Formats: sequence, structure tokens, C-alpha cells
Amino acid sequence: MTETYIARSTAIAARVLGGEMMVMSAVDSTFFTLNEVATVIWQAADGKTPLSTIVTNHVCAQFEVEPEAARRDAEQFVESLARHGILQVSDHPFENAPAAPGGSR
Amino acid sequence: MSDRHEISVEIGGLPILLRTSDPAFKNLLADRYEKFLGHGSRPRFSFDVDLMPPSEQYEDEDAHVEVRGSEWQLRRGDFLAEWDPSAGRGTIRQSPNPYSLDSVLRIVHTLVLAREGGFLLHAASAIRNGRAFLFSGVSGAGKTTISRLIPEDAILLTDEISYVRRTDTGYEACGTPFAGELARVGENRSAPIRGLYFLEKGSGNRIDEISSTNATGLLLRNILFFAEDAELVSLLFQAACEFVERVPVRRLTFFPDERVWDLIG
Repeated sequence: MTETYIARSTAIAARVLGGEMMVMSAVDSTFFTLNEVATVIWQAADGKTPLSTIVTNHVCAQFEVEPEAARRDAEQFVESLARHGILQVSDHPFENAPAAPGGSR
Repeated sequence: MSDRHEISVEIGGLPILLRTSDPAFKNLLADRYEKFLGHGSRPRFSFDVDLMPPSEQYEDEDAHVEVRGSEWQLRRGDFLAEWDPSAGRGTIRQSPNPYSLDSVLRIVHTLVLAREGGFLLHAASAIRNGRAFLFSGVSGAGKTTISRLIPEDAILLTDEISYVRRTDTGYEACGTPFAGELARVGENRSAPIRGLYFLEKGSGNRIDEISSTNATGLLLRNILFFAEDAELVSLLFQAACEFVERVPVRRLTFFPDERVWDLIG
């Protein structure tokens, strides 16, 4: 089975405010507020860890969610952010480190 | 070479020198920016303004702003400006109407403010009891209405485009000559910002808290920004986040009569 790897784009600005992660595309100025689960995926998007591992080790480990539902939601989330260039997606690990996940305030 | 006529327009404490060979146009600008004429301050930037025949196409067009080496190019149907911020000078070719120059000045100020943690905002603003209050929202949200209802003890800074400048201790709002439907130029005054309200018309007057992320999203939607430049977008995002961290941002639902001002100040 082909794995999916995700990496935070370098063309973004991100910041935690009021306990929520906000991400803005520097390319088209699209603005996203990430919920808790999406924030966990975002922070784990290091370009090296397969999405399936992120879902198992981070999402299912921290939230009460069925693995199949978590995988489906994660794929939708990744697709949505990838459409705006906020996440990069590949079937191979990325060579370069992604952007920092965003400061915490 | 024809004589050049100079005028310095100082908005938000930033003097910009404008030179034109047309004395009538200089007088037009002197009238329009009467409250914002710089007197004695050394201009930070200067522009030579060359007039071209009026254009049929302009105000409905979007302005395009892009960086080319050390120079910015600002263009719309009715103007073309080239500006080198590091050299402190530029040129503007435009129709002989002050609205074109208004647009160029707004773009120049947004680019300067972005590097200093400030921004221009689609908002009315006013000073009351020594503090500034901003009222933001899309067209029809009530910026003109709340400006029209302003009490005698308040000073209108603008009914359309607010100037937000970062200071050592927080943020201050400055008056602008950029008028909206009220067609009333703001006062050239400034004061520390006490609050930003996002407007909504309703059957009564009420102030509601909004979350930091909601406030940031609303703020970003209402900040004027023109350049398709990744670094500036990032600066703008950080500026919006820091503003929300430091300034109370709330929703103001109001019925359009003067009692709404009982909640402000």
C-alpha cells in the first residue's frame, strides 16, 4: 500500500492564538483556523512520518476516535490544505525540513 | 524644464512630498489634503506626479502591486507608479483627479506600515476621552452610520479607512483624508487604540466577546492589502495576530441611533 507523506509548506505563516492554531497561505492569503485534531496533524507534518502513522500515533492516541473515521477525516483535511498550498503531499518522504509549525502564545 | 510645484502630505506622521508641473493640480491637492499638509517635516519619500489624459477605466479595477528588484510597481487603469523605497523616491503617472493619488498613497502607506507592524483597515475610527475606537466591517455594516451618529465630544478620524500604527506601548489610530460615503475628511489627530469593534446592525445595542481566532480572521478580511508578496503576507498575518493579542476586539451590534455611543468610551 502506498504511504502518504505530508510536510508544512514554507509559504505559510502560522501561529497559536487563544489555544487555536491559525495558518495563512502566503500565496493566496487563505486563512485557516485548525481544530485540535487538525492542529495535531499539522504539528506532526514533518515530511518524514507517514500520514497513517500520524493518525495512529498522534490522533488515535490523543482523541477518542475510530481509526477508520480518523483516517478519513485526516485525508480530507490534508486534501483541503494541499489545495491551498499550505501542506505539501507526496508518496515519498520529503528531503527538506518543512516550515516550523508555528509559535505558541 | 517647467517649474515643479511641491506639496507635502503627512498622514500617520509619514510626510510624502509630491511634485507636479501643473499648478492647478497642486492647488487641487492642497484643498483635498488641507488638514494633512506637512509643514517643515523632512519628507520620507518624494514622488514626481506626471499627469496624463483621463482614463475611462479605473475605480472598478483592482490595483496591481508587485516588486521588481528594489522597485515597487503600482498600477491601475488610471495610474502607474514606480517607487524605490530605499532611494526614497518614485514617479506617478496618473489621471488629473485626486482619487488616483488617494489610491497610490493608500498603497504606499500599506507597504510602509506592513514593515512596521501596522496596517490600514476598512473601518471608521474616532477619538473619545483621549482614546481611539475603531468600527470595522464590510460595506453596509454601518461604518458610515456610526460616523454620522458621532457625539459632539468625539473626534472623527475617518468614516472609511483607519490608520493603525504600532507604537512602543501598543497601537495608535491616526486620522486619514480617505473619506467614504460621509464625504467628510477625518481630523489629523491620533490617540492610543482602546478597542476595535466589528459592526453588525440589529434591533438593539450590544457588545459581545469574540474569540481570538475569529477576531484575527475578521481583521485579516478587512485589512487593506495589495501586494502579492509572500513576505508581506506573512508580516501582515503576524501584525494581525499581535494586534488581537494587545487590543480588545469585540462585536458591536447596534440600532442606528445615537444611543449606541453610550457604549463607547
